[in-house]
Amino acid sequence: MRPAIRVVPCMDIKDGRIVKGVKFQNLRDMGDPANRAAVYQKQGGDEIVLLDVSATPEGRAHAAKTVRDVRAALSIPLTVGGGVRSIDDAALLLEAGADKIGINTAAVARPFLVKEISRTFGAQCTVLAIDAARRDTGHWEVMTHAGTKNTQLDVVEWAQQVAALGAGEILLTSWDNDGTKSGYDVQLVDAVATKVMIPVIASGGARNGRDLVSAAKAGAAAVLVASMLHEGRTTVEHLKRSMSSSGIRVRPC
Amino acid sequence: MSPLQNVVVPTGTANLASVVAAFERLGVDLVPTTSPEVILRSTRVVVPGVGTFASAVDRLRSDGLMGLLRSRIEADRPTLAICVGMQILALSSEESPQARGMGIIKTEVKRFSGDVIVPQMSWNEVRPGSHSRFIEPGWAYFANSYYLPGVPSPWVPSLADYGTPLIAAFEHGNVLACQFHPEISGTWGAEVLDRWVAQTGDRS
Repeated sequence: MRPAIRVVPCMDIKDGRIVKGVKFQNLRDMGDPANRAAVYQKQGGDEIVLLDVSATPEGRAHAAKTVRDVRAALSIPLTVGGGVRSIDDAALLLEAGADKIGINTAAVARPFLVKEISRTFGAQCTVLAIDAARRDTGHWEVMTHAGTKNTQLDVVEWAQQVAALGAGEILLTSWDNDGTKSGYDVQLVDAVATKVMIPVIASGGARNGRDLVSAAKAGAAAVLVASMLHEGRTTVEHLKRSMSSSGIRVRPC
Repeated sequence: MSPLQNVVVPTGTANLASVVAAFERLGVDLVPTTSPEVILRSTRVVVPGVGTFASAVDRLRSDGLMGLLRSRIEADRPTLAICVGMQILALSSEESPQARGMGIIKTEVKRFSGDVIVPQMSWNEVRPGSHSRFIEPGWAYFANSYYLPGVPSPWVPSLADYGTPLIAAFEHGNVLACQFHPEISGTWGAEVLDRWVAQTGDRS
């Protein structure tokens, strides 16, 4: 039997609030993270991802407080990412209550960071976030610094490299589709999931339950959802029901 | 010095805060300690596990806690072991062939093989053993690349499947060892912790 596909509500966090924009621009306030996390847990969310999109030390300090607030009420796994550059950064977020750490830009600058975090805290704790921009057919380029910098790195090769360095999971965001309500980039999901043995979380562009089904069929072990939940257009329970009726195994709500 | 009732033994730096928060929601104050004297006096001891088999046993050995925890478990004093904390009750692991576990379960911990995604980072269904005091049927969150294939009697196993049958938890008397993470297994996980707390003495 295939493992259940996880539905993972994700919140971009800035100054203690949920924000959402299109391609990380024009951020809008979408509510209180601890409240929303508790709501999504109750709806049947399988885990929560928090991405700190503030880029300042003050913002970082605020993020640790947000993690503590979210953790207090949350009895499902919590992944926290954004600005993690060292084992110390990761330790701070774990002490605040994260179960897993998301790393992105700093890993591209220094791939050995993946190995350090994996060795220290375990592969199950090491989530590699990749922002992928579509190039030629069947090729994607890794973007860093919230999608503002090109790296020349091929996404599939980078995914294989971080898996070999000890990442336990890949959070794969389509830079082209993020926030655009155009569906996941299922070709991207398929390209990466067939080349690595570790779980791939599809992210960027989900509109409805059908998109979640497509990502699962393309090989995603989990699906990230954000705007459609924050805007109240659907619930985790509703999404899981439509996945289940399409033959995708999910944890019952 | 007032006795500490409930302690958690750090075996690394990972999700200790999650474990503490889960017990806090049950009204149980869990104090982190590596002091052998404190652990000896404690009503309940929680051993969470993170990182590798070797890193967990090396850490516990260098803190002088391996023998103490083993004696505690053999004496049936309330002890909860989680994930790698559970695996180190075995003899050894394919993950770290040089490292020796407690040997309470005389089995080797195996790596998942075949056509499954590794690590298992997934919710999975748990089937309780027929005389389980702590486990009910339900869904638990797992995060593991290695698993225990079986436990001898009198340990009561609860099972899950991930390409192969695996020990999801085993228990006997006041000792409960979970491969899954009860601290982040939702309401079902909180109920597992609550049953263990309720059946192993006063809450605070």
